[in-house]
Parts: sequence; C-alpha cells; structure tokens
Amino acid sequence: MAEDNTPAVLLKNLNKWYGEFHVLRNINLSVKRGEKIVVCGPSGSGKSTMIRCINRLEEHQEGSITVDGIELTDNLKNIDAVRAEVGMVFQHFNLFPHLTVLENCTLAPIWVKKMPRKEAEEKAMYFLDRVRIANQAHKYPGQVSGGQQQRVAIARSLCMSPRIMLFDEPTSALDPEMVKEVLDTMVMLAKEGMTMLCVTHEMGFAKAVADRVIFMDKGEIVEENEPEEFFSNPQSPRTRTFLEQIL
Amino acid sequence: MAGKTSQSEGASRTVSDVLHNETFRAILAQVILVGAVVLAAWYLVSNTLDNLAARQISTGFGYLTKNAGFEISDKFISVSAANSYGRALLAGLVNTLVVSLISIVLASLFGTIVGISRLSKNWLVAKLALTYVEGVRNIPLLLQLIFWWKVITAIAPQPRDALQILPEVFFSNRGLNFPLMSPDPVWGWVWLGLLVGIIGAVFIWRWANKVQARTGKRPGSIPLYLASIIGVPVLVWLVGGAPTGVDAPVLGRFSLTGGGSVSTALLAMIVGLTFYTSTFIAEIVRSGIQAVSHGQTEAGDALGLSRRQVLRLVVLPQALRVIIPPMTSQYLNITKNSSLGVAIGYQEIASITNTTLNQTGQAIEAIALMMVVYLSVSLTLSLLMNWYNHQIKLVER
Repeated sequence: MAEDNTPAVLLKNLNKWYGEFHVLRNINLSVKRGEKIVVCGPSGSGKSTMIRCINRLEEHQEGSITVDGIELTDNLKNIDAVRAEVGMVFQHFNLFPHLTVLENCTLAPIWVKKMPRKEAEEKAMYFLDRVRIANQAHKYPGQVSGGQQQRVAIARSLCMSPRIMLFDEPTSALDPEMVKEVLDTMVMLAKEGMTMLCVTHEMGFAKAVADRVIFMDKGEIVEENEPEEFFSNPQSPRTRTFLEQIL
Repeated sequence: MAGKTSQSEGASRTVSDVLHNETFRAILAQVILVGAVVLAAWYLVSNTLDNLAARQISTGFGYLTKNAGFEISDKFISVSAANSYGRALLAGLVNTLVVSLISIVLASLFGTIVGISRLSKNWLVAKLALTYVEGVRNIPLLLQLIFWWKVITAIAPQPRDALQILPEVFFSNRGLNFPLMSPDPVWGWVWLGLLVGIIGAVFIWRWANKVQARTGKRPGSIPLYLASIIGVPVLVWLVGGAPTGVDAPVLGRFSLTGGGSVSTALLAMIVGLTFYTSTFIAEIVRSGIQAVSHGQTEAGDALGLSRRQVLRLVVLPQALRVIIPPMTSQYLNITKNSSLGVAIGYQEIASITNTTLNQTGQAIEAIALMMVVYLSVSLTLSLLMNWYNHQIKLVER
C-alpha cells in the first residue's frame, strides 16, 4: 500500500506506437486517490488505448506508468500487483459465458486470492446485491439482458476489491433504455469514493460525477478541465468542434 | 340447369384447389418418393436373389461357423487357422479397434501440440507446424500408409541385424519386438491395482476440490496422484512376491522369437493414421482456440488470472465446445480409415472380410456384416461424443 498522497495513477511522457502509427503522444496525467476522471474524444483518438495501458492490456513503449506507487515494467510481478489494484469494465462486458453470474464473480477471488468458496460466494452475493441483480445469480450471462450483464461485469470487478476502476465505454454497446441502470450503478460507485477513469460520451454522467474531464484527439491530451468549465467554456477549437457534434 | 352448372363449377374448383393445396402436394411428393424407393429395393433384391439362384450360390450366415484355415499375424485375442471364420472376423474387429484406439489417442495428443504450436509467437515453431499441417494433410492417406510401410520394410534391417533401440527392444523389418513379463497370476492383480490407483487419484482430485472450497488453498496434489497411480500397483507387486521373470525376444537366424511384437504393418498403420489425422486435429484445435474472442482473455487478464489460469479456466472450456463436434468426425474417420490396412497387410476387419469372401464366395453377407460392424462402432463412438458434447454445452436462454 502506498502513502495517501501518492497519486493513484501517474502517467509520464507516455508514448505508444502501433507499427508506424503513433497512438499515444506524450501523455502526462496524474490521478489523485478518489478522483473521478472522464475521458472523451473522437474515435481513434487513443482514449481506450490509454486506459488499457494502465492495467497492461496494452504495452507502452516510452515513458512511465505508475499505479499506486508500482511502476509498470515487463516485470510480471509488478503487472500482477497492478492488476490486483485495478478493476476493468469493458464495452462488450466480456462475461464468461460458460459460468453462471455467481461463478463469474467468484472465479478470480477463488483462484487469484485463494479465497474459500463460501466466503467468495458471500462477497459475490453482496456485490451482486449492490448492483441489484442478486436474484439472477444462478443464471448464465446469455440469459440476462445487456444492461444486467454490464452490471454483473461491474460486480465481478468489485469482488477483487480494486482501488481503481477503469471503464472502457461501458454503455456504448447497450440499448438506450439500459444505459441508465448502468450509469446509476457507476454513480453509486463514484459516491463511495472509488477512484475512476472512465472513457464515455455520456456527458450527463460527466457533469454529475467527474472531477475532471479530459479531451483527447490524435493521441494527445488536448484539454483538461473541471466539467463546468469544460462544457461551458472549452478552450481549444478541436474541443469545441467535438462538443458541437455530440451535444 | 343454372344450379347444376354452378355445382359442377364448384366441384371443378374443388379439384383444382386440392391440386394446389400445400399439404396435399407435400403428401403426394412423399408418397411418390416412398413408392420409388420401395420399387428400387424390390428390383435390386429380386434381381440378386434370381442371380444367386441361377448360379446356385446358397445364402445365409452359416459360413461363419466353418473353419477359416488362415493365420492372422497381429492378434490380441487367441486365434489360429483352426478357428472359424466368425472367430477370425472377431479378431479382425479387435485389430480394427486396437489400431483405431491407439491412433485416436496419439493423434489427439500430437494434433493438440501441433495446433497450439501454430498459434505460437515463436516464428520458427509456428511455421514448422504450418508446413507440417499443409504437407501431411494434402497427401492421400493410402499413399502415406504405403510410404511408411515401405520405409520400415526397406530401411529397417533384417531380423538378424535388428537394431536394439532400447535394452531388449528390437526394431527390424518385421516390426518391433519387446520383452514382456513372464506370465504370473500376480500381474492380473497388479493391473487391478493400477485401476484402483486411478480411481484413488479421482478421489484425491475431489478431495483437493473440497479443501480448496473450504480453505481457499489447493493442496499440492500432483505427488499424491503419482503416489496413488504408481504406488498402489507397485505395492501389489511387492506383496505378490515381486516376480521379475522376463520373457525377452531372442535373436534367431531368421526371426525374433519370444516376448511381444508389433508387426511392420501395424506400426505403419499407427504412424500413418496418427500423422495424417493429427494435421486435421491440429486445425480443429487451432480454430477452437481462436474462436474464443480475445475479450475473454483480456477479461481474465484484467482480473489478475495468470496466463495458465486464463487458458485452463476461461479459454479451454469455451474452445472445447467448438472442438468436440469436428473432433468426433476425426475419430470416426480414423476408425473408418483403418480399413485401408487391407492395402499393407494389416489384418483388420476389412482385410479379414476380404479373405473370407474370397474363400467362401459369400460376398453379400460378408460385406453386409462388415458394414453393420463399422456402423455399430461408429454410432457408438458418435453417441459417446455427443453425450460428452451435451455435458459441456453452453446455456444460452
């Protein structure tokens, strides 16, 4: 455990290339403990890539990433330590279809944290209850709706007691009427003080919970500001064009 | 008159209605089809019976009890020239099952390794696997069987110069000769001990699951498995007086006698069937693993599961449901392809049927019997695999 004043996530001069394509250019970002950050920007701007670097689903080539005082290198121990701190929710849920909702939530606690099954199940039921889906615990992912699946995915992450949660466009694969139930769950998490980095275009969510909004374009952070300022008074013309298109 | 006209118009409309009725047409088509099939069958059967009668060939399965009069070189049940055709055919069936079973096990193991190698990030390993798959699966199996048979008979030395590849294990152009333990009643008990040991390992596995569920820590059970599977039979062997008599092959002038042996033909069959089928299994395994979306691996990674855990707990259970149905087809193919043994003198059921019908002239019965046997073996295998497939099926809705 790191000291309380160390940043939860610290990105320094982060650079990444896919072959010739420069996806991330000199990213510098410091996230305080308990801070909620919304990342937006046009598609292909590198926002997903950036947060996927934070738990090493993508490798970076230059610069440094430090999560809770642990630097991400190719040292497998550090990678495991970081992944234990960081939970992730994906655009397409990525639930395990061969396991029940409950088993999805207990798999990692049992095999990674070596938790007794009963304890893991109790913990899973607690979080499934928190995301209001405990009554579906024994169904398979294919048997519940998209919104419910995404809430299970959130519960699955929470079962590993992460200190930081990453959300990669968690609502963009959902039918409109299911977006709210997932956002409500995320708002609940935010109110409990979870450190959150969230790639989303849900501007209502950004206004409601974000401490900072970050706008990315062509692999770099173009603008970062408090949500009020960001939406009412964007500094960069690129931000302005983007906001005009989505609002 | 007007009434009558309208009535007949009504009737004619009804006939036309019936002719255009969907149900009527469906039934009519089926009646015509069934009629054609029955007619064709009747023609074939009556024609055959007429011809058999004209040539004075008797029909029936009486020939099965007659003396076969030929020897079988590879045998896993006792059979000799003095036995009946029925017994010879049974020995042939056993030979079919033996070569199929061995090839199924080896092809599955080897094919899985090659399939995973094709996905390797190591360039050389991946390309070697690709070359192997594309080379071997595109050459007809019959040619490969003849090739292996030729290689072994042409390159391997005469029995008197047999290569001793392991102590007391000889390789010559007659095949492989290896030592067997001398017969002793204790060996029966040792085999039983092995069975008990394997059952014991299953119990240890279930015990490990329970301990893990209760405490979270999985006991290191691999030494326990080994202790059970190896220890129990060894213990039985020691208690039984530890017989050590060995029946080793003896190098004669023209052949090797004593011990156990595997003929050139069986060796070529196993090598050929294994290599050929492993290429198809490799492709099935590769496509099965690739069918599991990358998001599944990422979700496992993000939860902190190790690479091995992701493979074992997330990817493989899902890949398996894609792999099993085509794998069943390959197992059936091995069983049916073993009939190519007829080309290189491996006496499996097709080969023995061939000899039988040559000697007795009971072509229809012999062929029919062989078809029934293959059908039964294949359907049994199919049923088993379908049952297994059902066990691991995904629940969708």
